[in-house]
Amino acid sequence: MQPRIVTLNVNGRRHQAALNPNVTLLYALRDLGYTDVKNGCEIGECGACAVLLNGQPVNSCMVLAWQVDGAEIITNSGLGMMDNPHPLQEAFADTGAVQCGFCTSGMIISAKALLDRNPHPTEREIREALSGNLCRCTGYGQIVEAIQMAAKAMNNGSMSNEQPGGGR
Amino acid sequence: MKYTAKPLPPVELPELRQVGQPLRRVDALGKAVGATIYGADFSMPHMLHAKVFRSTEPSARIKRLDVSCAKALPGVVCVLTSEDAPNAKLTTDMPGQTGRAARAGSDAPVLAGDKVRFVGEPIALVAAETQALAERALELIEIEYEPLPGVFDPVEAIKPGAPVIFEPDNVVARWKIRKGNVEAGFAAADMIVENTFRMPFVEHVYLELESGVAWVDEQGVINIRAGTQVIEHFRNIARAVGVPQNKIRVRGTLVGGGFGGKEDITVEIFLALLAKHTHRPVKLVYTREESFIAQSKRHPFIITHRTGVKKSGRITAAEIEMIADSGAYPYLSPYVLLYATIMASGPYRIDNLRVDSVVAATNQPFTSAFRGFGGPQAAVAYEQQMDEIAKALDLDPLEVRRVNYIKTGERNGTGQVITSATWLEESATRALEALGEKTPNHGSVKVGWGFASYFQSYGRITWFHDTSRAWVGVEMDGTVVIRCGAPDIGAGQINSLCQIAAEILGVGLKDVTIHSTDSAVTPLAGTSTATRQLYMSGSAVFQAASTVRDVLLDRASKHFEEEPENLDIADGMVFVKESANQRTSESANRRIGEQASQTRSFADSLPLKKLVAMCAAEGLPLSNLALFTAPFTDGIDPETGQGDVFPDFTFGTQAVEVAVDTETGEVTVLKSVACHDIGRAINPAAVVGQIAGGSHQGLGYALTEEYVMESGVTKTPSLAEYLIPTSLDFPTTKVIILESGSGLGPFGAKGIGEPALTPAAPAVANAVADAIGVRIHELPFTPKRVLAALDRIRD
Repeated sequence: MQPRIVTLNVNGRRHQAALNPNVTLLYALRDLGYTDVKNGCEIGECGACAVLLNGQPVNSCMVLAWQVDGAEIITNSGLGMMDNPHPLQEAFADTGAVQCGFCTSGMIISAKALLDRNPHPTEREIREALSGNLCRCTGYGQIVEAIQMAAKAMNNGSMSNEQPGGGR
Repeated sequence: MKYTAKPLPPVELPELRQVGQPLRRVDALGKAVGATIYGADFSMPHMLHAKVFRSTEPSARIKRLDVSCAKALPGVVCVLTSEDAPNAKLTTDMPGQTGRAARAGSDAPVLAGDKVRFVGEPIALVAAETQALAERALELIEIEYEPLPGVFDPVEAIKPGAPVIFEPDNVVARWKIRKGNVEAGFAAADMIVENTFRMPFVEHVYLELESGVAWVDEQGVINIRAGTQVIEHFRNIARAVGVPQNKIRVRGTLVGGGFGGKEDITVEIFLALLAKHTHRPVKLVYTREESFIAQSKRHPFIITHRTGVKKSGRITAAEIEMIADSGAYPYLSPYVLLYATIMASGPYRIDNLRVDSVVAATNQPFTSAFRGFGGPQAAVAYEQQMDEIAKALDLDPLEVRRVNYIKTGERNGTGQVITSATWLEESATRALEALGEKTPNHGSVKVGWGFASYFQSYGRITWFHDTSRAWVGVEMDGTVVIRCGAPDIGAGQINSLCQIAAEILGVGLKDVTIHSTDSAVTPLAGTSTATRQLYMSGSAVFQAASTVRDVLLDRASKHFEEEPENLDIADGMVFVKESANQRTSESANRRIGEQASQTRSFADSLPLKKLVAMCAAEGLPLSNLALFTAPFTDGIDPETGQGDVFPDFTFGTQAVEVAVDTETGEVTVLKSVACHDIGRAINPAAVVGQIAGGSHQGLGYALTEEYVMESGVTKTPSLAEYLIPTSLDFPTTKVIILESGSGLGPFGAKGIGEPALTPAAPAVANAVADAIGVRIHELPFTPKRVLAALDRIRD
């Protein structure tokens, strides 16, 4: 089959790329420069490549780019930046939830999806939401703490640094 | 049984401003927002994509290898086999070593020539315009094997007549310890307890796959940008590629997890060879399956303890045998076995000791460094043996340990005197106390408690003559720069260095920047292995920063007309200390920096950047390159194993409560507490992360992680089959940090990276045995093994 032009709206930017039918969303995003989307296994087992696809968390390695032509995609780097971090990113940095950092972007995407649908999650709900994201460094405790801290900050109304399209 | 924390000996720790604070790590925000560039995230114009063609046979002669079809595929730029790199050897010497110690073990070929010795062994390299083309080229490589007899068990491998992987036999290394009079010790015993324990292959599962990019620059230097624990591999890479050492530059990245798995060379030589042959940038990223089959594993061990004890629990003699599996190539096996041999008798004073250990080659994945480096395997055995001794003598497990715990000033198994604090009983009683009330049994669910104490070295073997270097300088605006080769593998190595420099130079952590892990432009600091970077590079940064501080305060003393020891620097201000300040008259109060005391007078304080300007104008040195050397020794006596081996040791205990469902065999960890004396916490939040994370890996080792091999083929090549802990599997380990201040590192710090893992698995083992009343002698405690053990007692 020939490549097809696929439109991907990523973090508020519109991209068009000619892609073969077997190109996963993971590779399409990384080739566009969104290297915060990590390749940890390519078979949906580690969660490092998680992104929000029309608001829903997915493993981008399990989605073909052709399937999501025209979709709205948010990656971790779309939630905030060094000088304007998202409360989740800030909380991950502050609680020690980041060690090697390789799982972090996927973790934050899963956490964002959780807090979007449930702003007051219990520890159990947080752990369930993260169960598809593997971390080998932290033992998860500080990650859970970070999400609790971020939920608190976001519920206290400090939502001002949400990026357009980054939440609902 | 109720446990009460043993009081700690009095310790006076100096008050510090930056060190000891749970500050946000310098690398944390970049990682949190996804800005950090790892090995696979970097690209260059005209970059090629590489793939590795690997053996599917565990033991075979290569009868025919034909890469012509692969080479002919349009878009394929280069295919390399052993014929293109005949002298390329992957040196298995201790990385980064500059001492006089003899090499151990044999080298592995970078690309297999006539023979393959394990499934996954590299045979050919492909570089193509796209990754898809490189993958297609792999399918076009034709190979014919002649299968050869293989050996898949280290016990079989050392028997006469076993297929030999390397002449003359499959023994990769042996070590022994002979101390005291073991026969007399056994004769004096009231009872002898004997047990054999087994541990499987274990995989590191760092989330970041092995990856990197290489290119040849305008000076002909081959640059390799890759995640590694050891930039000093540039020397071995140069040897393998056939270029001078100054023509290889390893630019490490922040590493997405190492745990020992990136201590050996991964992609570096492949990338260098392809960049050299193609004169184009090349990227190579392993797949997860490749990472499983092609890189190192933790050594499987079979360990037998025979221990003579008095009724009091005091050990009179111990005889320990260890058999380990090196897989197909030695890599660091001789040294892992040495560590296991030295740790074999645990943190106990045993005057009559005999240890015999051997590591043998098999046609399986090679084994090498993995967090703890043989120490965790030793602990799995010695701590289960301590509980079995307690059971045999009908004593409390803590009591048996208490009468044997090694104390400061006593000698360990190799006769080395322990010089630092050994807060073993202090850590054990705290960990047990923190477990609280024991959860009652309910129905088929039986609850058990277990704990494990340990000792684990930090810093490298002292006859390697280990060194580290760091450069610290103050910029004209008062900010601080560190240049230090230490790779950060996620454990907070570079942050600790920054916090130490911030403390000494009196600035905030945000005012310190570090450049690290570049073999060409950062002073070589040695490996991020062996729990050594805080001790070694932390000490180098301490020295360099202290030298700069001395220059600054010397100049300031002329300005203030005060002795340098009466001066201090904090929050970017240089000032006369309160004690000295009280002698001077009051002057106008002035706010000096955000957090500095409002009561300091203007006359007695000076912004750091003004002082820097004064020094610069006078040509005073505002930077320093420090060399830190660990204690040097000459090695152990090969016949007795006696001698000093390590700079020092970390001590601690972990305790767990588990519930075992005797109907399903499922083990659930209910509570976990880890208590370690880490000397001094540079960043307590980072320490908690190391301990909680290390503990989690250890819980996985005990309960779920097993890299299953059958006739040289793995049955667990993915994360769906090889099970590392998820967020739902275990409770977070409660961390109790003790600070004896007795370590050799900066501010009395010890090391915690590897020790964090060591006691977790044996603690679980003891808890499971406590719950079900029978010992399972093989890790991990899967439902199948638990049910089999229960069947044994029912029969």
